[in-house]
Amino acid sequence: MTDGNYVSRTPVSQQPLKIEQSSPHDIGGLVEIEINSKKFKVPFGITILEACKLFDIHVPTLCHHEDLCIAGVCRICSVEVEGMRTLQASCSFPITQSIKIHTSSEKVRKSRRHILDLLLSEHYGECYSCVRNNNCELQKLAKEYGVDFYRFGHVKEPYYDIDKSSYSIVRDMNKCILCRRCVRTCIDLQEVGVLEALNRGYDTKITTFLDKPISEVICINCGQCINRCPTGALRTNDPSDIIWEAIDNPKKHVVIQTAPSPRAAIGEEFGLPAGNSLTRELNTALKMIGFDRVFDTNFTADLTIMEEGTELLNRLKAAIVDKDESVKLPQFTSCSPGWVKYCEHFYPDFLSHLSTAKSPQQMFGAVIKTFYAQEENIDPADIVTVALMPCSAKKFECNRPEMVDSGFKDVDFGLTTRELAQMIKEAGINLPDLPKSNFDEPFGEASGAGLIFGATGGVMEAALRSVYEIVTGRTVPFDNLVISPCRGMEGVREASIKLENVKDEWKFLEGVELKFMIAHGTANAKKVMEKLKKGELKDVHFVEIMGCPGGCLGGGGQPIPTSPEIRQKRAEAIYKEEAELPIRKSHENPHVVYLYSKFLTEGPCGHLSHKLLHTTYTKRGNYIA
Amino acid sequence: MPILNKPIVFAKENFGDGFEKGLKMKPIDIVLAVRESGLKGRGGAGFPTGTKWMLAATAIAEKKFVVCNADEGEPGTFKDRVLLTEFTEQVLQGIILCGYAIRAQVGYIYLRGEYEYMVSQINNAIQKLKNENKLGKNILGKGFDFEIELRLGSGAYVCGEESALIESLEGNRGEPRNRPPYPVNTGFMGYPTVVNNVETLATIPAILNLGSDWYRNIGTDKSRGSKLISVSGDVEFPGVYEIPFGTKIKDMLELVGAKDTKAIQIGGASGTCISAKELNRNLSFEDLPTGGSIIVFNNSRNMLKILKNFMEFFVEESCGQCTPCRIGNKKLLDGVNMIEKGECSVAYLKELLSLGETMRITSKCGLGQSSPNPFISILTTFGDEILATY
Amino acid sequence: MLGSELSDLNIEISELVEKHGNGRQSLLPILQEIQKRHGHISGHAQQEVARLLDIHPVEVNGVVSFYAFLKTGIRAKYNIRLCKTISCELANKASIAKTLERELGIKFGETTKDERYSLEYINCLGMCDQGPAMLINNEVYTSLTPHKVIEILNNLK
Repeated sequence: MTDGNYVSRTPVSQQPLKIEQSSPHDIGGLVEIEINSKKFKVPFGITILEACKLFDIHVPTLCHHEDLCIAGVCRICSVEVEGMRTLQASCSFPITQSIKIHTSSEKVRKSRRHILDLLLSEHYGECYSCVRNNNCELQKLAKEYGVDFYRFGHVKEPYYDIDKSSYSIVRDMNKCILCRRCVRTCIDLQEVGVLEALNRGYDTKITTFLDKPISEVICINCGQCINRCPTGALRTNDPSDIIWEAIDNPKKHVVIQTAPSPRAAIGEEFGLPAGNSLTRELNTALKMIGFDRVFDTNFTADLTIMEEGTELLNRLKAAIVDKDESVKLPQFTSCSPGWVKYCEHFYPDFLSHLSTAKSPQQMFGAVIKTFYAQEENIDPADIVTVALMPCSAKKFECNRPEMVDSGFKDVDFGLTTRELAQMIKEAGINLPDLPKSNFDEPFGEASGAGLIFGATGGVMEAALRSVYEIVTGRTVPFDNLVISPCRGMEGVREASIKLENVKDEWKFLEGVELKFMIAHGTANAKKVMEKLKKGELKDVHFVEIMGCPGGCLGGGGQPIPTSPEIRQKRAEAIYKEEAELPIRKSHENPHVVYLYSKFLTEGPCGHLSHKLLHTTYTKRGNYIA
Repeated sequence: MPILNKPIVFAKENFGDGFEKGLKMKPIDIVLAVRESGLKGRGGAGFPTGTKWMLAATAIAEKKFVVCNADEGEPGTFKDRVLLTEFTEQVLQGIILCGYAIRAQVGYIYLRGEYEYMVSQINNAIQKLKNENKLGKNILGKGFDFEIELRLGSGAYVCGEESALIESLEGNRGEPRNRPPYPVNTGFMGYPTVVNNVETLATIPAILNLGSDWYRNIGTDKSRGSKLISVSGDVEFPGVYEIPFGTKIKDMLELVGAKDTKAIQIGGASGTCISAKELNRNLSFEDLPTGGSIIVFNNSRNMLKILKNFMEFFVEESCGQCTPCRIGNKKLLDGVNMIEKGECSVAYLKELLSLGETMRITSKCGLGQSSPNPFISILTTFGDEILATY
Repeated sequence: MLGSELSDLNIEISELVEKHGNGRQSLLPILQEIQKRHGHISGHAQQEVARLLDIHPVEVNGVVSFYAFLKTGIRAKYNIRLCKTISCELANKASIAKTLERELGIKFGETTKDERYSLEYINCLGMCDQGPAMLINNEVYTSLTPHKVIEILNNLK
């Protein structure tokens, strides 16, 4: 299947059905079927599972996932179709004629139980010592089917070593049920290609190229595989024990910065449906746990806009006025560490397109251990910076050798939403019940522009709000500052904004159509980069790329499960929270203004800014030694 | 080695000019003739060939493919080896006729890697047909273009399954696909593909030469035609035989010189094991279907060790995709080992037999659906003897 | 591997891709040829093939590890594969197995130190009427006896 030059990775037999429709009535028509002796009319060609979902008939699944192509390997979703000798996997069987389906007949129940027993007989590990206790799909099914003894035995010794080589992702293949979700995520959804099934039959193992530790292959740490794994086979590298130690140590000054996406999603870990932002409640919880200061990452998101926006304007000036060939356009955002590593591995020759600005997390680390330490008169050696992020790649990012511009490790730990929720629960706190409280000074309240970083298109929207106003002196011509071309979940979006009647110092931009593109998920990043390689992006100026589908709100550290609907709700929560804030443009954030006047006196992209807030990249290439 | 008894269909004179006759017919008439003849797939599954060809012929697509499944891997089967070496031209003719009937442009022969020594012989036969204008452009002046490409397997029994074969041709792991949609609708690269066994395709020129009525009259009502059987094990004359469907087992045993028989494995490792008490049963799709192999065991053989050999085979050859086959086969093998050590209770054995039933109906492909067969049939038929010994 | 060996391998692989085509359906023929010429498909070869066919190296590794005849690590001049399925088992393959292990000095699944012989079991070769049977590279030897095996091994030198 091709669409232009893009070849779909979905296996041929799972692509939309092209069964010959025998009569014109069939085209888009309805088929009458019977499920559990009740009659229904369903669209021609949908799978049995989809039909059952339409009518709220429960069919258990394991390898099926809304974001991914069909696998049909676990066989848990088997149902009985009258007239066929074997049971059919409802996730992959298309309905093309009138059939009678039984979703829980005796055959089906017995078979499902057997398959579950088989999976459990190979699954090593006890639930009570697993990070997915109470949120595991295998555990749920075992409960649903009343498993109370090991019919086919149980694994007594682990047969694989746990791969702890990566800063971000820990792989424990003893718990793997070979559902292939991570393979489909990494190869089809993200197009990075780190995990695949090797060997055959009973020896099949989901692993990396030549079974190397994951830190030695081209893993970008996006953690999408973790979000989709039904069991505890994949998890993040959890630093909460060390953080507890720091909190409990009276000598250490532990500060935490919280990002918008975790705040929009952490409610899901406490039983709330997706779409409830608990920002202020979270501040209270963090102080109760013992963090000395709670800061808002949106502050440095605003700072990023100032730095990156200025860098963009500098590039535009160099390209348009000075005709400097060495300056590359379009400029790509660099706040997504998964995307940055992807670029370093797969497109190392285009690293000069990446903005040199650090991500908000890393900027904050540098600012805290210099400016904040000075202002508060604390020895930076005693400061422990923790970053609450929706992201598993941030754990890798804070350990990058170049991230020590403050003279110390800028950010000590990246903590994910799930891990923090665990810490809060350990402290006996029920998050949704807490009263609200504010962020701490001297970084206080940030602008709404920083908040929308969490959704795909948010960085672009925030940048445009400021850049447009800096250049023209006017607010962006969009109702209520909602730049709608930036919003939405389409994989690759593009739009433009005309710069007219600009201020005198930006004369060279008069009449320029500022073209921008937004992409999320590395598969879409690949589409954009391939266009760049072919030279098709000559008149595009700014591109925002997020490594994860949905943007940061779909990051590798966010609550499990994930689905297009959940990500949509989180985006809505972020936009709703933002619309209610008093300040919604980065350059109007008074704390940012204060920082530039008192500390970064040369302004954005000045000497000190470059030292603390900008970084370099490493050409890694995709050759695995 | 040629066929050891008097051939019924596979006599060189039967093929005559079936190929030329076929190309003079209209494509749809060939499909109808094949359907009339009652020919069913000779690879083991036994799907009516005419129906398969009809579905592919009526599919509308810019490309179509014919694949000759020469990945003969079933233990005890070597009839295709004989066909490919002794009846090479007939096999190729069958492929070309199929291509003509369904309007395909390319045919593949998927030859198992273990038969690599036949490659030059097959390539020579292909070249010879090309020289005679029976392959390539404008075959015999009928305006019909067809190419045949030889592809090798690399040591995977599961690639004999038609959708796994197509996956292998496409450069993937040989893991069967979800069906439906079937290969005749969505096959190689998404195009309609007919996958047929070597024997099925080799029969076509004979049917077109002597007519479908002639073929119908051989065999039984539900199993028309003849079958090539590879016989091995404790027999005096192992080799390939051709018998009409409906032949009784005891006649077969007499033909091959079997003495002192205890058990017969019909249909290879994934078939059924019958004891010497059931010799009146016959070889046909109604009674004892066979992909073409009979292995005879005499009274000195240990049935449990034979079962172990079969289950080890399946554990190794399973592709590992679906849960029931990947783990189920291992559990059945572990069960056999437990019986051998005297550690398997009757209760657990019952659980395993029930597991076998589940595997038969939930596995994704034929391998998992038929791998419990030897387990269930040997332990049911010879259960008392085995449990008494261990 | 030496740099010059690597670039020779790269040239060889790009010639193979030229010959068979650069679509994914050419993957198996290309891998089979590399296996034949070099006795194994190294990690480097797999990455190079992946690069030229525009697929991920781990996918190539998945295909190589799936098929019994494609190897990543073992390389031997003569790959000896003895059939262990039922008919050859009935025909006393055990004695052939003992002979091979004794004569070559290795166990099944191993390769000799000088990388001349590798020994492994294989499933049904389709020679059930002439068992025991074995494959050496792609030559098939049937109706084996211990005596015959020794003769065959001698003739391999």
